[in-house]
Amino acid sequence: MPDIRTETMTVNMGPQHPSTHGVLRLVLELDGEVIRSAVPTIGYLHTGIEKTAEQKKWQQVIPLVERMDYLSAQSNSMAYAMAVEKLLGLELPERVKNIRVLIAELQRINSHLVWLGTHGMEVGAVSVMLYCFRERELLLNLNEMLAGFRLFPSYMRIGGVREDLPRGFHEAVREFINRLEVKLGEYEDLLTKNEIYIKRTQTVGAITAENAITWGLVGPIARAAGVPYDVRKVFPYLGYETYDFTVPTRTEGDVYARYQIRVAEMRESIKLVRQALDRIPPIGIYAVADPRITPPPKDRVYTEMEALIQHFLIHSQGFTVPQGEAYVPVEGPRGEQGFTAISDGSNRPWRMKARSPSLLACQALESLIVGGQIADVIAVIGSIDVVMGDVDR
Amino acid sequence: MFPVIVGQIGLLLVVWFALQISAAVCVYCERKWAAYLQQRVGPTRVGYAGLLQPLADIVKLMFKENLRPKGADPFLFYLAPVISATACFAAFAVVPFGGETTLFGLLDAPMRLQVADVNVAVLVVFAIASMGIYGIVLAGWSSNSKYSLLGGLRASAQMISYELSYALSLVGVIILANSMSLADIVEKQSHVWYIVLQPLGFLIYLTAGIAETNRAPFDFPEAEQELVAGYHTEYSSMPFALFFLAEYVNMVTVSAVATSLFLGGWLLPGINTGGWGWMVFLAKVFVLLFLYIWIRWTLPRYRYDQLMAFGWKFLLPAAVINLLVTAAAVLYLGV
Repeated sequence: MPDIRTETMTVNMGPQHPSTHGVLRLVLELDGEVIRSAVPTIGYLHTGIEKTAEQKKWQQVIPLVERMDYLSAQSNSMAYAMAVEKLLGLELPERVKNIRVLIAELQRINSHLVWLGTHGMEVGAVSVMLYCFRERELLLNLNEMLAGFRLFPSYMRIGGVREDLPRGFHEAVREFINRLEVKLGEYEDLLTKNEIYIKRTQTVGAITAENAITWGLVGPIARAAGVPYDVRKVFPYLGYETYDFTVPTRTEGDVYARYQIRVAEMRESIKLVRQALDRIPPIGIYAVADPRITPPPKDRVYTEMEALIQHFLIHSQGFTVPQGEAYVPVEGPRGEQGFTAISDGSNRPWRMKARSPSLLACQALESLIVGGQIADVIAVIGSIDVVMGDVDR
Repeated sequence: MFPVIVGQIGLLLVVWFALQISAAVCVYCERKWAAYLQQRVGPTRVGYAGLLQPLADIVKLMFKENLRPKGADPFLFYLAPVISATACFAAFAVVPFGGETTLFGLLDAPMRLQVADVNVAVLVVFAIASMGIYGIVLAGWSSNSKYSLLGGLRASAQMISYELSYALSLVGVIILANSMSLADIVEKQSHVWYIVLQPLGFLIYLTAGIAETNRAPFDFPEAEQELVAGYHTEYSSMPFALFFLAEYVNMVTVSAVATSLFLGGWLLPGINTGGWGWMVFLAKVFVLLFLYIWIRWTLPRYRYDQLMAFGWKFLLPAAVINLLVTAAAVLYLGV
């Protein structure tokens, strides 16, 4: 057979592509449908949030960081608040810690539901997306109940939360959790043993435990490869050590394993939410009793001179944070989500830096998809669950 | 009264319009059923319960600007949707959808409800249906767009992997009926439907039929999550509408052929359907269409190399075994 001239084809996937999760751009070199090389390009969603934070008072940064990783808003603000609290040397009351655990776990479920839905849609099971978003809608309703805001509740405050849990919140969460437990089984019916789904995801985008560590991967991706790293277990915070839960791990490291990990994590989160609900009395303190940081309740502001002055000071000048640097990681839905807060002793951060798991996942993307096919690229991008808002800060 | 030829010309027009309307009905049903499967309500705004939605879609498409990418081959670019649409309409011509009738005495001789009774109808269906794939391949190639090209390539790879088993799955029926005319095949099923005698053949046909119509889980040529819109990425306005039409008419044709070959066409065993045969036929086609829609909205998509492996390593051997068993049974048992 005579030699036929062949050449590879370069395709730009993204930044406007239906399945690149926002504005990730991939320059793919294709040999037929096989990926020969892939160059992820980021920066299309640069928001400058880290820099903006330096112009804001400590408290004002909270709504900003919630907009970085928009699928795990409250995990972000919680990590940031905890970093500032570490600088301030605050010790949180037990009830506040439990409320935060409750909110963080609901946020994890929220993020994983979005992930499961979009991932299902990307491998072609469109209905899964609508089922997952149906349950997520109920979660957003809970957020609305909690703070009057659905996607970015800004309910976290440095030193606690904004106000006490609303009336009937316990019952609403319980109802949701009971419903979700049943519905999770239904999602699994559609995917877990589905021959086509297994064929599409098993051995696709696999990574070894060793490589996962080398690339700095964390969260469900690393745990799917057999690295049992979970901040909640390794560096417990908010009293996670007193909760009864397990960290699911698998060893295959492929897309299917990541799916299994995330579904298992949702079940663990349900357990955690139940335990947290049992520990939180319906009424009680919701912030540290530190007059420098926590504004006084409204009825006192209206009746007492001192409270009015205190309210005015906190809301106009903010509060100062002692000079220093603190890094606090939490286990967000995507893995170790950490914030470094550096203070020069003023009422604004001197520097605020986020450690985002999505950025590292983007880094490893190339090694996961080279040698695979176009259809695999979509499955893998979905499975590493990047949020572009978190990659470009 | 009128000569038969008048009836046949009338029938031709009726089938032509009915197929177009069937595409509209399919679009509406698909959107409604998909919505109910996904706990939504689907279209509700245009007309009663959204019934006029397909009409609104068509009007919208007509008023869209017709764009052609720079560097696209204009002749092939506009020929491709025409081929696709023509093929699926033409294939329906040989499908019988009712017994002989004089249309309540209007005609002087009985006429079969079938546009053309060809004695090799099964072959005609295949030959024409396979032409449809040229539309997709040409669309992918002539668009001068990378995603379209990939869609076109996938379509050709897909075709060679399912067409063989698609054809072989029907040979069993042909052996049993001892005829290649669809009308004869239907009439041989007056006592027992061939789905009972050929369950494996029916399943293979159904599976390959999904690939033939490019629908999920085998919708690789358009795979919107991977290739944006595949072969019709660059199409807009009426050329796009033609592809859209072709997809749905193709579904109807594949279902209609399946009904004739395996589900007894317009016949119900033990019941004389008389002049209502075409209603029975429609009902059966409708059931198959529902099955296609149900499958599409439930299953994830295969990868196209996996379909090739599935086609060659599973469907083809299964079809061959089915054929051998049928042939042996006919030979020794004289069924």
